[in-house]
Amino acid sequence: MAGIQAWLANADLVGLAAATLVAATPLVLAALGGVMSERSGVVNIALEGIMLTSAFAGFAIAFAAHNLALGLLAAILSGMLIAALHAVLSIEFLVDQIVSGTVINILAVGVTGVFYRTLLQQGVQGPGTLPIWQIPVLSSIPIVGRVLFQNALVTYLMLVLVVVVHVVLFNTVWGLRTRACGEHPLAAETAGVNVKVVRYVNVIASGALGGLGGAYFSIQQIGQFLPSMTGGRGFIALAAMIFGKWTPIGALGASLLFACADALGARFQYLGVRVPSQFLSMLPYILTIVVVAGAMGRAVAPAAVGRPYRKS
Amino acid sequence: MTAVVARLRTFVLPLVSVLLGLAAGAVAVLLAGTNPADAYLALFQGSFTNNNAFTETLVATIPYIFLGLSVSVGFRAGLFNIGGAGQLFLGGIFAGFVGYRLTGVPGVLHITLALLAGMLGGFLWGAIPGLLKARFGAHEVITTIMLNYIAALLTDFLVNKGPLSDPHTASPQTPAMLPTARLPIIVPDSRLHFGLLLAILAVPVVWFLLERTTIGFRIRAVGLNAGAARAAGISVGWTMVTVMGISGALAGVAGAVQVLGVSGVLTPSLSSGVAFDAIAVALLGGSNPFGVLPAAFLFGALKSGASFMQLQTQVSADLISIVQAAVIVFVAAPLMVRWLFRLRATPAAPVSITEGGLGQTPPREGVA
Repeated sequence: MAGIQAWLANADLVGLAAATLVAATPLVLAALGGVMSERSGVVNIALEGIMLTSAFAGFAIAFAAHNLALGLLAAILSGMLIAALHAVLSIEFLVDQIVSGTVINILAVGVTGVFYRTLLQQGVQGPGTLPIWQIPVLSSIPIVGRVLFQNALVTYLMLVLVVVVHVVLFNTVWGLRTRACGEHPLAAETAGVNVKVVRYVNVIASGALGGLGGAYFSIQQIGQFLPSMTGGRGFIALAAMIFGKWTPIGALGASLLFACADALGARFQYLGVRVPSQFLSMLPYILTIVVVAGAMGRAVAPAAVGRPYRKS
Repeated sequence: MTAVVARLRTFVLPLVSVLLGLAAGAVAVLLAGTNPADAYLALFQGSFTNNNAFTETLVATIPYIFLGLSVSVGFRAGLFNIGGAGQLFLGGIFAGFVGYRLTGVPGVLHITLALLAGMLGGFLWGAIPGLLKARFGAHEVITTIMLNYIAALLTDFLVNKGPLSDPHTASPQTPAMLPTARLPIIVPDSRLHFGLLLAILAVPVVWFLLERTTIGFRIRAVGLNAGAARAAGISVGWTMVTVMGISGALAGVAGAVQVLGVSGVLTPSLSSGVAFDAIAVALLGGSNPFGVLPAAFLFGALKSGASFMQLQTQVSADLISIVQAAVIVFVAAPLMVRWLFRLRATPAAPVSITEGGLGQTPPREGVA
């Protein structure tokens, strides 16, 4: 009994919850981007590349301008720019959406690598990181205050954006049009919706969300850019989107679950629990497969996602 | 006449795409403030003219051939196998295990068994997404991406102080392959190994399989029109499982030859991005086995020359990713190439490899 108590004290569950929320930040943002894009009918596996590019652009501008806010803005804008490329390729030139996404992921590695090397030669110092803001009063609530109200800007924005995307998707005309374009674009067009415009806007919005997620890596977490620093988190976000059944709230829940599995893995190692951390890290991927196979509730994609739409 | 034009287009479009890709890379190098001519000269030297450069290019070409074939086979059935990385790992694990554990078998037999084991590993790992798609309608793009990560973590678990790790070293790797399992070197004083001949041999074999066998006919029929194939009595579900298995087996061989021919041990860095590049190889090769061969050679040359270029000119080796990405864009977007050159747009069908949602699609024909 005493052993379990000591173990629990050691495990620092509040700390674990706080670490989970922070680690889930980019996952949630990219997954929200995925929801926006896919609900309008465009598959977005480019989120990994979008985040990587934005992590770099945010860092480069923050460094050049000595201004983190400008860096954050640059990250968002660059995410929108890359997403616009995805939109042009897949909506305008009818490139297969998976191919277009793959192209962007490869391109992101190339562009960030080439420009990072140039920056490196100028002897880059990090621009610092976004400060932790303690919300007055709220942050002193026990447990909840520590987890929710002692964070940096991107994490707060993430929490707000979950609500915003949910409201936009399910309580506005725009959201209705978006979902119509993802389910049955021809019917939407017949009802007077401009499918192309809706898809463009949603894909570019997903780039803004992914861009903010990218900013998390470079200017919120470590104040540095490192090649391939997003490390596949864009794909985990994609998994979170599916596991959350293409809804913002679901994406939040799935991202928290996946981030928690990762944070647990790290803790298990220093607590000496003999579960190989690799198996915990596998959890998001296995769960996603289970869900797309329909074994844990159905995860049904928007009906028209992946299909190019041409006015006839 | 139209046949000649069509034939010409299959050659011209990829060539134009490669040139445009190199041009796009040059623009990036210029923007980054370095000289593209220097970069490409160094790239060329690093790929072809330096000491050992040409054999190194061929060494790098080998996995691209197998993986390009792997992706192509999937494309022909309308399936997008992004799972090459995972299947390559499983091929490496199976082949590596046989390669260092199995003792007392003569050379030729040992190599054959290890290669077959690699194929089996890739086949099984590839068949999983095929089965999930056939049985539950789970989209193969999602499942293969997830299986890639699972395979990478599994490899890390096995060789990083795990059941297959070498107890005599701290670095994460298996014990060295036994000499009897090593693929022989075919050019003295180089790393060029027998895998090149196997890869070249695989090209006509895959072509024959696709074009001249019943299973190949089924694969193409499902790719062209799954509904019609089903109406004609072809089991679409089983065909999907088989295609993904074959595709996985080809990726598995890629992993096996890397372990048995190049590294001599299995490490968690076995994949290192080649599997993703292979999607570009297949697209550039038009999903045709004979097209894959030159495309793989081009990518092998880019890859092997890149590190010399980085050393020589301070231009990052990542430049080749820009070139590759641009090449795929131009191959996959014929509409855009027309627009770039202001050609009269003929209403062309979109290049669509995958249609439908990335989650569950309505279950296809059941298996078993």
